[in-house]
Amino acid sequence: MALLEVENLQTHFRTPSGINRAVDGVSFHVNEGETLAIVGESGCGKSVTSMSLMRLIPEPPGRIAGAIRFAGRDLLKLSDREMRAIRGNDISMIFQEPMTSLNPVLTVGRQIRETLMIHQGLDKQAAEAHAIEMLTLVGIPEPKRRVREYPHQLSGGMRQRVMIAVALACNPKLLIADEPTTALDVTIQAQILKLMLDLKSRVGAAIILITHDLGVVAEIAERVMVMYAGRKVEEAPVAELFRSPRHPYTQGLLGAVPRLGSSLTGTARRLAEIPGQVPDLRKPITGCVFAGRCALATDLCRQYAPGLEEKAPRHVAACHYAAKGAVAA
Amino acid sequence: MSPPLLQVNDLKKHFPVSKGLFGRKSEWVYAVDGVSFEIARGETLSLVGESGCGKSTVGRAILRLFDITSGQVILDGQRIDDAHPSTMRQMRRRVQVVFQDPFSSLNPRMRVRDILAEPIRNFGLAKSAEDLEVRVTALMDTVRLPREALNRRPHEFSGGQRQRIGIARALAAEPELIVCDEAVSALDVSVKAQIVNLLQDLQQKFGLALLFISHDLAIVEHMTHRVAVMYLGKIVEVAPRREIFAAPRHPYTKALLSAVPLPEPGAQRNPIILGGDVPSPINPPSGCRFHTRCPYVFDRCRTEEPQLRAAEGDQWVACHLDALPAG
Repeated sequence: MALLEVENLQTHFRTPSGINRAVDGVSFHVNEGETLAIVGESGCGKSVTSMSLMRLIPEPPGRIAGAIRFAGRDLLKLSDREMRAIRGNDISMIFQEPMTSLNPVLTVGRQIRETLMIHQGLDKQAAEAHAIEMLTLVGIPEPKRRVREYPHQLSGGMRQRVMIAVALACNPKLLIADEPTTALDVTIQAQILKLMLDLKSRVGAAIILITHDLGVVAEIAERVMVMYAGRKVEEAPVAELFRSPRHPYTQGLLGAVPRLGSSLTGTARRLAEIPGQVPDLRKPITGCVFAGRCALATDLCRQYAPGLEEKAPRHVAACHYAAKGAVAA
Repeated sequence: MSPPLLQVNDLKKHFPVSKGLFGRKSEWVYAVDGVSFEIARGETLSLVGESGCGKSTVGRAILRLFDITSGQVILDGQRIDDAHPSTMRQMRRRVQVVFQDPFSSLNPRMRVRDILAEPIRNFGLAKSAEDLEVRVTALMDTVRLPREALNRRPHEFSGGQRQRIGIARALAAEPELIVCDEAVSALDVSVKAQIVNLLQDLQQKFGLALLFISHDLAIVEHMTHRVAVMYLGKIVEVAPRREIFAAPRHPYTKALLSAVPLPEPGAQRNPIILGGDVPSPINPPSGCRFHTRCPYVFDRCRTEEPQLRAAEGDQWVACHLDALPAG
């Protein structure tokens, strides 16, 4: 059953130089307990999508349209007060930079307690006990001492663990993780990814993982949605997407990352380049958003935007040519 | 045999940090603590390691952006760590740099033309005004930017294009060695591929040596000839690409490589998950600096510091375990 259903999400921003269509008609769903990865490069709208789900987009200059149904309720129709009861309780979020998302003048314990006292109505003692439990759960040594420490006293990896503890404190049904390991070193990233996988199997929350790192996607996602220039261009189960990407953009992305071990297996090759740049989202785009950079683009692509079509079971892509099999790299 | 292009001998750089109310109690950050390596002409050596391991400090020491604490930096047989400013000036032409952030490393008030002309004028490379113009336009062609862009300023370019300008500026001085300090780390996947390909082409074309400082091991494997792995201010392993990626010997190198997530869903891997964090370089652990996180630690590691020694061929490892007889 779908826990979250997003329908035709449009998040636009008014700017002095025109309306920026950061997210333009994106639909997707997340099932209970499922991990969906949203992948794409800077400016593709992946973070704006996640902020829209939490209704953290300032309006104005932003404007969110469409429908975001969470457990049957349209979040866009809720009052601010009702939305506050959901944020941090049913849906919570972890960000890329734990130093800027934790409050530097409050102890770690107080920040975990806060959500518990507001949403779960626990008293201070009970919240404190639960905070220590959460720190233990996310693998922080000496949790009794750490609850009294401030964020600056912790390392980057520890801070991200604290963020996860805050996010999971109220047993959310959905966790949105926006580039959760991007700022971390690779050995610390391995710790955090393992932690997220462990916690997922224990807590059972659905996860929306937003990232540009295809390695991280392969590691923890079940389904992947690829975004480009504010649109969804492809979506498929993770193994299917990596094995047979249909959209030329997805193919380009996968070809552009070197593989570890490539020098040993003799598969080393020149990296695939995607020429050109992302289009200006303040100007109306006719035709396919990727046409300007696509090697296969024809007049058809430049005039008519392709719709999302099912190219294989559970595998959709927005490309006029993907169905013909001619785009296989 | 001609000497290597660059030789670094027992390089140390310690930074003071003041503690206490009036900065009286001074401690030292042992950012780089005895690092030696060589780079041959036309070779790429990559320095890899996690934040705070000292890899960028090594790069900056070679560029002489500060004076080093001890050791030697020798360029083409001539010491540059203590060179007189007048000789240093010529040496600086031969070693250039490309930084990570193309947004903060270009002067926003200058036109691209002036950004590229500055090093050419500074080192007196152009014979005339026409020659300068020829050189500047040739640089734009080399880094595959349109010539019309010469009159624009950095803010009019995307991140990838700015990185191309940064590379063109480095090339303007006709260097023999370019220090690339996380030069592709801030770029998006598709743009990163463009810049990596460009750097490889330029190396071929001009016979450049590269000191490629990066934490991205897949990119490093793609680009490099040799790799030096750093941990807390020391090199723990240095070897040609094949040896590092096929048969890493140091436990840290093994852990580092196994921690990289592969873009292959369901790939069979057994990541070695290291416990804890990197200790502070202010108070590095005794003995082997990696002993606090090493899965194979034994008594000797806690007291005696392992030296870098040749394990096999060109593979050098600093680990007591490696010195033990096999078995």
